[in-house]
Amino acid sequence: MNTAAEKRVQARPGVVFPRAIGDRLFKWVTLLMALSVVLLIVLIGYELAHGSALALRKFGWRFLTTSDWDPVNEQFGALPFIFGTLVSSAIALLIAAPLSIATAVFLTEIAPYWLRQILTIFIELLAAVPSVILGLWGIFVMVPWLREHLFPWLRGSLGFLPLFKGPIYGVSMLAGGIIIAIMILPIVTSVSREILRSVPGLQREAAYALGATRWEVTRIAVLSYAKKGLFGAIILGLGRALGETMAVTMVIGNTPQIAASMFAPGYTLASVVANEFTEATSDIYLNALFEIGLVLLGLTVLVNALAQLLLLTFSGPRAQA
Amino acid sequence: MESFHHRWRKFVNALMQVLTCACALLVVVPLCLVFYHVLKSGLGSVNWAFFTQLPKPVGESGGGMANAIVGTFELLGLAAVIGVPVGVLGGIFLSEYGSLRLNWAIRFGADVLNGVPSIIWGMVVYAMVVLPLKRFSALAGGIVLGMIMIPLIMRTTEEVLRLVPNGYREAALALGIAQWRTILQIVVRTALKGIVTGVLLALARVAGETAPLLFTAFGNRFWNHHLSDPIAALPLQIFNYAISPYEDWHRQAWAGALILLLFVAVVNVGVRVLTRDKFSPRR
Repeated sequence: MNTAAEKRVQARPGVVFPRAIGDRLFKWVTLLMALSVVLLIVLIGYELAHGSALALRKFGWRFLTTSDWDPVNEQFGALPFIFGTLVSSAIALLIAAPLSIATAVFLTEIAPYWLRQILTIFIELLAAVPSVILGLWGIFVMVPWLREHLFPWLRGSLGFLPLFKGPIYGVSMLAGGIIIAIMILPIVTSVSREILRSVPGLQREAAYALGATRWEVTRIAVLSYAKKGLFGAIILGLGRALGETMAVTMVIGNTPQIAASMFAPGYTLASVVANEFTEATSDIYLNALFEIGLVLLGLTVLVNALAQLLLLTFSGPRAQA
Repeated sequence: MESFHHRWRKFVNALMQVLTCACALLVVVPLCLVFYHVLKSGLGSVNWAFFTQLPKPVGESGGGMANAIVGTFELLGLAAVIGVPVGVLGGIFLSEYGSLRLNWAIRFGADVLNGVPSIIWGMVVYAMVVLPLKRFSALAGGIVLGMIMIPLIMRTTEEVLRLVPNGYREAALALGIAQWRTILQIVVRTALKGIVTGVLLALARVAGETAPLLFTAFGNRFWNHHLSDPIAALPLQIFNYAISPYEDWHRQAWAGALILLLFVAVVNVGVRVLTRDKFSPRR
């Protein structure tokens, strides 16, 4: 190794100031910067708790269990939003988890090499599409299509279930779930892919040696080996799903209600903050919105921490944003 | 003579291969549809005025998003000033110093921060910057985007620095070079391309963030002349126009989406093509 950088270093052996000081200073500066992570975590927790103090005191646990959202009479209950967030995320996971894992299997076990690279680039691009653009597409392309085609068909064939009953507006819990699914597909796929790739080749060879077909190898040697990691990938996707804001806000209908039908509009924790934060006129209203943020933070941090722990215990691959 | 069982296994094998392939195609479909519609609707609406003019008042057609395009770059500049030094230096610490346990905790914290919904960052900066100053400002918008970038950049920087072989460090130290200069002039320089890639990807990521800007940068229909005034940003403008009832604004929202999507896609594909060597962030 003989880089230009090294030559320059060799040419100037004298140091500007005593090396011990430079070393110590640099180390402390970098440590301080790394510790900013801790500072940020404390800051987020403090600001949200501080901002919602009034609402916390006034409503207590009632905030989580009542469903009045009435800024005029200053009654605030977050239940419809919690319901909306959980249901839309659950729909998203139901769609995205099997698709993502199947895609990851295809990418690591089945596809020819050239196709793997192309598909990987496509999936990374999908991950890079800003939420607001997906929302724009959702409003003007996806929702009309759902309203005209998919929803009537679903009601026709599965209408006996309460899930698929009722009037069709287009904007709905199901539309929100579908758009979240599209948003979390890339991250679940790429984390699953990393996990499948880290399954030792010997595992596969052993199964092949027993005469297994390619699918049997995947099922017996790869998927069962990677179970825990794949579960972690799905939970990571759930963490993202809970916090998705813009695209969901644009297609879910923004109506605080708890309805059995997936065709009915809903509202999520993140959407209500996005829509009403700048309109909050009274202190208690703003405090209630901060408390919504606190609930959302609690949910996402819990889910994310669980996902990270699952991924860490699974030998090696770290989840990346 | 194949037994039924044997044929059944072969059939399942083929079926599952086709199924996983179908799933992979299904995952790509939304991407293609989004690109198709953004290109179709956006190209018809982009014109010279879009890049050079301010938004027109409601009711008048025409006008552009010049202020939002410039605003987005201003916000990115501010964000980089905050996010890049903190993120890169923190990443250096994680890779070069510290103890196993401390670094594990910081890494874990950074990963959890990466999962915090961006709208929550917006609320935090609202409470921290907007409330005390009593005004929405470009500064607050830059701060929130910068904060989001910190854990992102920290993790990618750490990853690429770890790819630098220990021999490089040992060789430099053996020559009597101070450790901090070894790190800056040998280790960081070797991995510089990868670090820059990580920074660019983080910038592309926050360039599309809308939720945290709603109540920090707030948006502005005119030019921003001061950091303490509200500022327009492309994603904000797209959002406001998309949910408006005006046909002409929808048209402009698609045009804005086209510009934003092109920017994000070019950065993403570009850095990947430019940095196909071993000192790049693992994808």
